[in-house]
Amino acid sequence: MRDLFIQASYLAASVMFILGLRMLTRPDKARRGMQLAGVGMLFAIVGTLLNHTIVDFRWIIAGLILGVIIGYPMGTRVPMTAMPQRIALSLTLSALAATLVGVAEYYTRMAAGTPPDRVTMTALGFEIMLGCITVAGTIVAAGKLQEWLPSRPLTYKGQNLLNGLVFLGIIALLITVIADPTQQWAFYSMIGVALLFGTMLVLPIGGADMPVVVALLNSYSGLASCATGFAIGNVILIISGSLDGSSGFILSVLMSKAMNRSFTNVLFGAFGSEPKAVGAKSSAGMSVRSIGVEDAAIQLAYAQLVIIIPGYGMAVAQAQHAVRELAELIEKRGGEVKFAVHPVAGRMPGHMNVLLAEANVPYDKLYDMDEINGEFDRADVALVIGANDVVNPAARSDKASPIYGMPILNADHAKSVIVLKRGMSAGFAGIENELFYDRKTSMLFGDAKASLTGLIGEIKNV
Amino acid sequence: MSSQLLELYVFVLAAFTGYMVITRVPPLLHTPLMAATNAIAGISLVGSLIAAGAAQNRVATILGFVAVVAATSNIVGGFIIVDRMLKMFKRDTGPAKQPPAKQPPSGA
Repeated sequence: MRDLFIQASYLAASVMFILGLRMLTRPDKARRGMQLAGVGMLFAIVGTLLNHTIVDFRWIIAGLILGVIIGYPMGTRVPMTAMPQRIALSLTLSALAATLVGVAEYYTRMAAGTPPDRVTMTALGFEIMLGCITVAGTIVAAGKLQEWLPSRPLTYKGQNLLNGLVFLGIIALLITVIADPTQQWAFYSMIGVALLFGTMLVLPIGGADMPVVVALLNSYSGLASCATGFAIGNVILIISGSLDGSSGFILSVLMSKAMNRSFTNVLFGAFGSEPKAVGAKSSAGMSVRSIGVEDAAIQLAYAQLVIIIPGYGMAVAQAQHAVRELAELIEKRGGEVKFAVHPVAGRMPGHMNVLLAEANVPYDKLYDMDEINGEFDRADVALVIGANDVVNPAARSDKASPIYGMPILNADHAKSVIVLKRGMSAGFAGIENELFYDRKTSMLFGDAKASLTGLIGEIKNV
Repeated sequence: MSSQLLELYVFVLAAFTGYMVITRVPPLLHTPLMAATNAIAGISLVGSLIAAGAAQNRVATILGFVAVVAATSNIVGGFIIVDRMLKMFKRDTGPAKQPPAKQPPSGA
């Protein structure tokens, strides 16, 4: 009877999770959907607490209380601008929990003198391997995103070879422990080697590639939960883990497609480690046209359609509120404003959308690349704010360019382009951007937030 | 063995369902999607609770306890943050307009 209740609570939870994610396909229903998923989580927890193998509640209660104390500020206090590292950190936590459960399970079985059979050992092995890679990888990713670690790629000679050897080492240990589950040394050294590998895997990856990596680690952490489910024979772990895993997988595929790069290239390419602008056209002999705030304001004030292209620079300058104010001002004067969001703009999938939504930009003004690209021909001004590679026409035309083939926003199709930029440094990929030298482009140099505030003031006076 | 085979069925079908559902989430909501699946991944709390409460040995209890703390903070923080995030996504308050038809990512 009790078992039946537990299983029913798990089934209910699974249905609510899936429905919750399903409702996430529509922004107006998404919030209710996630509340539903939260209720599902509560069901699953209550169901588990009825499990007859649980005999001692002291540590559980202490853990739950401590978890709430830590989790609550992590939910309420973290600013939206810190979301990429927050997401990386939450991956660390879920992978850590999965790993510890796996270690506890293995230890208990060994201590009781009943080593796991090979099938269970396979599940445990994958759980530990993926869990440890995710824990170490997400900590490094979070460190880079928070800029505790240098966000540029850290590379050295023979890196890929060394990484490959370490990975082979993990596989060898995994096979050893599956072949003979009593080989405890192999099990415990796998933890260490997997942690090392996770660190080495993410260290060479640069800030702009983070969306792919975070999504990929997301899928690893989901698979680790799945493996936990197999190891301890728990179906809800398998279901939730595979939901998490497929979401991470889909996102990482979408992200790498949006950069026209393969997985392997992101993981082993260390893009941007050689800022030599390989084969790309050099800037020699070309000149940029700089513009003042007054002239830019006049262009914007009389535009019928302005398309704003936000990039990571907007996030760095914390300029999203000023952007919204500018957009409202232009609209008040009768112009139309749309936002064009490139899939890899920022440091995680959907980064720009969240920042702009926080600044109260209505979501029906935020457009994906495919939705907006046809409209640039009609736009009077394309306003590029802290974006670079995602508007570089070299991706379309210059076969020698490292970003050739990457889908870009057609900013160069607009009648005029205004670029807000701090200086003439190249983008993350270290590639010169022809758009900046285009005749219809004007550069408004300076801190994005200061420039926007200046523009707002000027437009009010026009 | 048969129960493990059954688990494999569940895994494949759940992954398939996840794929079908998640490919329809518009890029607009990709960050909330990540946060949401991470919060749901806090389900490893289920395994942690059993490890912490089964009183098998000291090591398992302590590892389980740490896992409970990690998973709980992930669930609590995760669901709060998703809610905060989704609360921010508002429609234009001006004259009622049809939202742009969001296409599911093609070819995925």
